[in-house]
Amino acid sequence: MEQQTVTEDHAPTSAASTMDQRPGLHVDIGQRRRAQHNEVHITLKDVTVKYGTFTAVRGVSLEVPRKEITALIGPSGCGKSTLLRTLNRMNDLVPTASVAGSVRYNGEDIYDADVDPVEVRRRIGMVFQKPNPFPKSIYDNVAFGPRLNGVKRELDDIVEKSLRRAALWDEVKDKLGQSGLSLSGGQQQRLCIARAIAVDPDVILMDEPCSALDPIATLRIEELMREMTSDYTIVIVTHNMQQAARVSDRTAFFTVDVDNPQQERSGVLVEVDDTETIFTQASDERTEAYITGRFG
Amino acid sequence: MSTTLTTPEPSKLRGIGGGRADRLFRGTLIFAASSVLVILAAMIIRTTIEAWPVFAKEGLFGFVFGQQWSVGTSRSEVTGTYGAFPFIYGTIKTSLIAVVVAVPLAIGIALFTNEVAPKWLRRPLAYTVDTLAMVPSIVYALVGMYFFRLYVWGPAGQVIADSPLTSVPIIGGFFSGPVLLSSYWSAANILAIMILPIITAICRDVFAQVPEDERNAAYAMGATRWEVMSKVIVPHSFSGIVGGTMLGLGRALGETLAVAVLIGSSQRWAGRLFAGGDSMTAVIANTFADAHPEAIWALLAIGVTLFFITMFVNIGARLIVARVGGRVGGGAVI
Amino acid sequence: MTIDTQPRAVLDPEPQSLRETTRNARRRERFSKGMTFLLFGTVMAAIVPLVTLLTIVVVNGWPAINGEFFTQVEPLSYRDRGGGYLHGIVGTLYMTGIATLISAPLGLGAAVYLNERPGRYANIVRFFTDVMTGVPSVFVGLAVYALIVSGSGGFGLGFGTLAGAIALSIIMLPIVVRSSEEMLRLVPADLKAASYGLGARQWQTTFRVTLPAAAPGLTTGAILAVARGAGETAPLIMTALGARQVVTQLTGAPQSDVGLLMLGGFRQPFDAGIERAWAGGFTLIAIVLILSIVARAIARRSQL
Repeated sequence: MEQQTVTEDHAPTSAASTMDQRPGLHVDIGQRRRAQHNEVHITLKDVTVKYGTFTAVRGVSLEVPRKEITALIGPSGCGKSTLLRTLNRMNDLVPTASVAGSVRYNGEDIYDADVDPVEVRRRIGMVFQKPNPFPKSIYDNVAFGPRLNGVKRELDDIVEKSLRRAALWDEVKDKLGQSGLSLSGGQQQRLCIARAIAVDPDVILMDEPCSALDPIATLRIEELMREMTSDYTIVIVTHNMQQAARVSDRTAFFTVDVDNPQQERSGVLVEVDDTETIFTQASDERTEAYITGRFG
Repeated sequence: MSTTLTTPEPSKLRGIGGGRADRLFRGTLIFAASSVLVILAAMIIRTTIEAWPVFAKEGLFGFVFGQQWSVGTSRSEVTGTYGAFPFIYGTIKTSLIAVVVAVPLAIGIALFTNEVAPKWLRRPLAYTVDTLAMVPSIVYALVGMYFFRLYVWGPAGQVIADSPLTSVPIIGGFFSGPVLLSSYWSAANILAIMILPIITAICRDVFAQVPEDERNAAYAMGATRWEVMSKVIVPHSFSGIVGGTMLGLGRALGETLAVAVLIGSSQRWAGRLFAGGDSMTAVIANTFADAHPEAIWALLAIGVTLFFITMFVNIGARLIVARVGGRVGGGAVI
Repeated sequence: MTIDTQPRAVLDPEPQSLRETTRNARRRERFSKGMTFLLFGTVMAAIVPLVTLLTIVVVNGWPAINGEFFTQVEPLSYRDRGGGYLHGIVGTLYMTGIATLISAPLGLGAAVYLNERPGRYANIVRFFTDVMTGVPSVFVGLAVYALIVSGSGGFGLGFGTLAGAIALSIIMLPIVVRSSEEMLRLVPADLKAASYGLGARQWQTTFRVTLPAAAPGLTTGAILAVARGAGETAPLIMTALGARQVVTQLTGAPQSDVGLLMLGGFRQPFDAGIERAWAGGFTLIAIVLILSIVARAIARRSQL
């Protein structure tokens, strides 16, 4: 059973059971206190993102460790989704967007003039807020990325491996020809994860991947995410504090800052630390106020 | 930060040449998009050049207001006299009458479709009216010639010409007989039917844009359905209706075969409604096949004049419709 | 208290049943009903001519439709019975087909441009596309004559299939562009984002995600444009000119068209020619209405 495999890594007890029995403040975070993090995978240095003249995110410096889950949390409008999209240059698709500062992936600035954004997105995959399978068959959804790269022969293998990795294989192996839209919401989201995995990225960005899902489907995805850390670096944006606490190794707290001369509202990073530290002894009082406000 | 983080070796992100396909793709798209502008410009420039000798001889004023149109037979120079007033007059007269007939009907149909008809009936109603726009012009010409003018517009015109309306001072003469079967009146009527769908479609779209809140506010004050329609929906949509009307006018000005068959092809213009006349499109369609080169230049001159008249009307209409709301009339381009 | 300055009794003499309405309210309600009925009348003013037109075309056209009509060309004299519009039908299909081959890819490309690269240039193109939908078809005919048919434009192609097809394609182009753009706009941004997120390039996203997702709607728009092209006659007077036999050449020989044959037939006072014109009208209406029904059926099946 897929559920059992979760226990092998970081989350020995089911996160949901904790939540179910003791709703409210108590969340399971103790399992991921770490003395030492993995090496850095992505480094942001003084990143500022603007849409036209509006500054969405200002001066963010952040390090994302390899094969761990980093959660970006904060009130709405704090720019966490915007920041996530700068990590694989999805913001390039917004004509007015501009990025200052540096985003280094394996030490290489992804915004260098001679870097191809398409190659960046192939290495750094993305899962979106709303499940968005293509109106194609399940198989074609997963095969979409490999086909872009000209893969023809081992397609069946890749599709199966990706669906297994996304813990969806058993549910869909007999109906690969059916439309991706025929699946339930949670299954659709796991299909989107499988689709992202199929292009063999090593970082996966998740933009509130569970916000459109019910609690059971959410749990499924969270388990999957924990399990995926054996191979992938994951950065997740979530507005759900419990979720951040349950799944992430590190948490970065963002807030909306109006403290500048132009009276502009833009997102800033308040602090980043081990998830346990953030949730139990945050050093900045804004973080603490936000977290206790959310839980209390 | 409390933890130690180490940096690994860089991996390769660059030097991949796949962007070339995208550049080719974008180039193709720009070519396709530009084709619209190129075709439009080529058409207007070429026709203006060819028509130039006629404009040069008559002068713009002489061409537009000249009363006499007698074609020459030269292959190289302009020998005839080309005064296009009877045609311009006929085009504008029939189109304006068509608009006067069609706009109230279109508003009524759109109100009924959007506000009165039960939900299940709305789409079929809209489709039915849109189907009027699908009927080819030549079929309107055929049915107009062998049915409507004989059994509907002719008799209806006779009733009007026999009515006391003709003894009203000033406007009376306009409605006086004799009633010809092929006349400004018949042409205007067929035009009214033909432009009804586009005006109706625009009206439907702008009425649908009236916020539900405004509608509900009026109903909540005890307004009747008619009061909501006449005091909230129509005033709110006024500029959209104007835009739709101008689009309809543009269509009427350029409509060809139905008018060519029904207007009577009389080169003398007349002030009366029930007299025969001619229009710009009619004279082009009716005389092109037998025209000598210099007459073709003259027809091109009419075409250029027609193009600019319709273009001004259309640009005005589009600007108004676009201001009302980007999405309005998208479905009505056809 | 100021409330007491106007005694309640004046406004509301005694509690009134909801079933008792004031005279004014009754009058307004009656007026509303009357006007609503008038609106229904305006709907009839559109439906009655349509039904009449269709009925008359069927009543007059159907008896004249027979095997000969589709397999033979028209006799030399409009007085003679028999014969048919084979040459016209061939010409109409031929020219409409080529016009579709020209306008569909070009129009689709322009629509993708408008959708993918918004900005000032896209707005200019969109605006003039709208203007182009309003250009009189007879002017398009004249312009194609001046540009392509007559020698003065530098081509000197002469009257014929290609000239007619180009005229029709110019009429169809803006329709294809605008209807396709509307359909492409309906493709959720999510799907495109997903594709880009997987490392797809713009052309890959367009061909593998955007166009397939919008396919039913795009087909609908294209079919409606074809219906419009098939029903156009006026510009063919200056470009195809008309012929008396089946023409297969692309250029070099004038081409025939159902509408042109009708125009020739029903303006002569001979019953045989007029009957064939009715049959031609029936054929055109049938083609156009079948196309539009197919188009709407496809549109309804669209998932967007």
